[in-house]
Amino acid sequence: MPARKREFPWFPGVVLAALVLTAVFAAYLAPQSPTEGDITKKLIPPIWMERGDWEHPLGTDRFGRDVLSRIIYGSRISLLVSLIAIGVAGTFGTVLGLISGYRGGLIDVVLMRLTDIALSLPLILIAVVLVAVSEPSFGNVILVIALLLWPRFARQVRGETLAIKQQDFVALAVVAGRSSWWIMSRHIFPNVVPTLLVITTLQVGYVILLEGTLSFLGVGVPPPNPAWGLMIADGRGFLATAWWISLFPGLAMLLIVLAVNLMGDWLRDHLDPKLRQLGSRAPVLDAPGIEPVGRAAGEAPARGAAGGADGG
Amino acid sequence: MLVVDNLKTHFFTRRGIIRAVDGVSFTLHAGETLALVGESGSGKSVTCLSLVRLVPEPAGRIVGGRVLLEGDDLLRKSAAEMRRVRGKQIAMVLQDPMTSLNPALTIGSQVSEVLRLHQGLHGPPLRERVLEALRRLRISAAATRLGHYPHQFSGGMRQRVSSAIALSCAPRLLIADEPTTSLDVTIQAQYLDLLKEVQATAGVAVILVTHDFGIVAANADRVAVMYAGKIVEMGTTLQIFDNPRHPYTQALLRCLPDVGLRDRQLVEIGGQPPDLAQLGPGCPFAPRCPERQPICDESYPPPVLVEDGHEARCWVAAPAGARG
Repeated sequence: MPARKREFPWFPGVVLAALVLTAVFAAYLAPQSPTEGDITKKLIPPIWMERGDWEHPLGTDRFGRDVLSRIIYGSRISLLVSLIAIGVAGTFGTVLGLISGYRGGLIDVVLMRLTDIALSLPLILIAVVLVAVSEPSFGNVILVIALLLWPRFARQVRGETLAIKQQDFVALAVVAGRSSWWIMSRHIFPNVVPTLLVITTLQVGYVILLEGTLSFLGVGVPPPNPAWGLMIADGRGFLATAWWISLFPGLAMLLIVLAVNLMGDWLRDHLDPKLRQLGSRAPVLDAPGIEPVGRAAGEAPARGAAGGADGG
Repeated sequence: MLVVDNLKTHFFTRRGIIRAVDGVSFTLHAGETLALVGESGSGKSVTCLSLVRLVPEPAGRIVGGRVLLEGDDLLRKSAAEMRRVRGKQIAMVLQDPMTSLNPALTIGSQVSEVLRLHQGLHGPPLRERVLEALRRLRISAAATRLGHYPHQFSGGMRQRVSSAIALSCAPRLLIADEPTTSLDVTIQAQYLDLLKEVQATAGVAVILVTHDFGIVAANADRVAVMYAGKIVEMGTTLQIFDNPRHPYTQALLRCLPDVGLRDRQLVEIGGQPPDLAQLGPGCPFAPRCPERQPICDESYPPPVLVEDGHEARCWVAAPAGARG
């Protein structure tokens, strides 16, 4: 198993490529409209069951909307929300982490206590409050998720920055007369990028789950958008009779989160400089005792499965 | 050109004040090489860091003295003014070529960075200057090397690349902090010759930190021997080698292996360097000194002029004639 870690992970690669393609070409791929349903065709079961219908391979929901089409369009929401939220949180967290690590002193103390505070916020509660005072919207979902995510980036980047700061080339850049901003952006940041790539990937799965959770609770993406979490929530009342409404979006979520996490694990092994220096032929160290970065997200598939089982 | 006057850099720790640099003074002329010699912890590196004001704060602080570079006191400059001095007037080469280059950037972009900042060059002229800087330090196939990353270079080449960066803006002063320590012996001489050649053509003053007297003999014009944060003896290389007056210098020179004499045993200096946090009023070398006198424990010796340009801080270091 260790020897195979370096090979490109085909399963997650294909799944993620399919996800991106599906999201981009949703309009062409979806057989039906994701939001308009024919109420006379409600609760049609999937194709292989009695009463199944080729028009709706994965069945319809209680408004007669095509489940497959909704899943296809739902991929857009999952992808968009996670990309934007991670983009916002990643940028913010990285900048703060760089400043905190490089400047040190009082700035570091203040920024790190801020991340501590952010990490201790009860996010679901905030999401509920936010929806209570305003309407559920894309903006709110992204805001809440970004609020939860940025400290993770800030912490990780700060740690890396502290290590890189000690290197001679940083001291030499100071001697060369460079400003702090220049050194941070040009000398430290590029060396943080591999780590950043790994945590970003590991967070994607987590964010997709989080968005699903928020939508399921009704504080995320507003209906009638075909968010997977919303679909699972929709089918909750029909589990005994029309289980497909919840099961398929749950499976989709499970598949994507699993793929993203596998990809993240591979990236981490691949980009870890300590492993990279061993050369491609050297045996990869299997360190069971070491808790890798983003373990929280690494556990996500289990939670995803639980979510799917919940729905199904 | 460079005048360092009574420079004091102290570290404030829980154990007390560590006087890492305690009243160091020397002058340096254009094109000259001054070697700073001493054991580990004698304050050589901190002296260098103080010159460019890179003492690790807040523990360390320059508490006194003046550093005049062509008449300008560097210690009085604002951070922004200091930035303009660094790189343009002062450059630095450090010990470890493995970490002195940014692994994420190509050699070309790292060399051009300084030139762009300090000389405002762009486009083809910039590229020309970058190639010239690399060629001057004998980087072969410089044009194709521009796009390479540091890990594609050997240690000796990296050290030459960092030197090319340091020298690219024709600084007035180059601080070389043990530049050959991590190089192969065969590469060491080659590298130092190269450095000397470039120095001669560009008229750069060099402060060479080392603990290798072989390097000192071959490269330095003058030598300053440091012990416990002070310069204990300073003179031309010839004076120091021929007529060392301070017992510490004598001991250091005795530590050198002598190729000619087969049976001579290698000598070591007994005892440990002193704890800089707990220095008494006397000479810090006294506990290890073979010529220790009662007065050595009581007060610190004043500088004694041995001959023109040769000073030693020792109670017994009277000029050769006067000592009888």
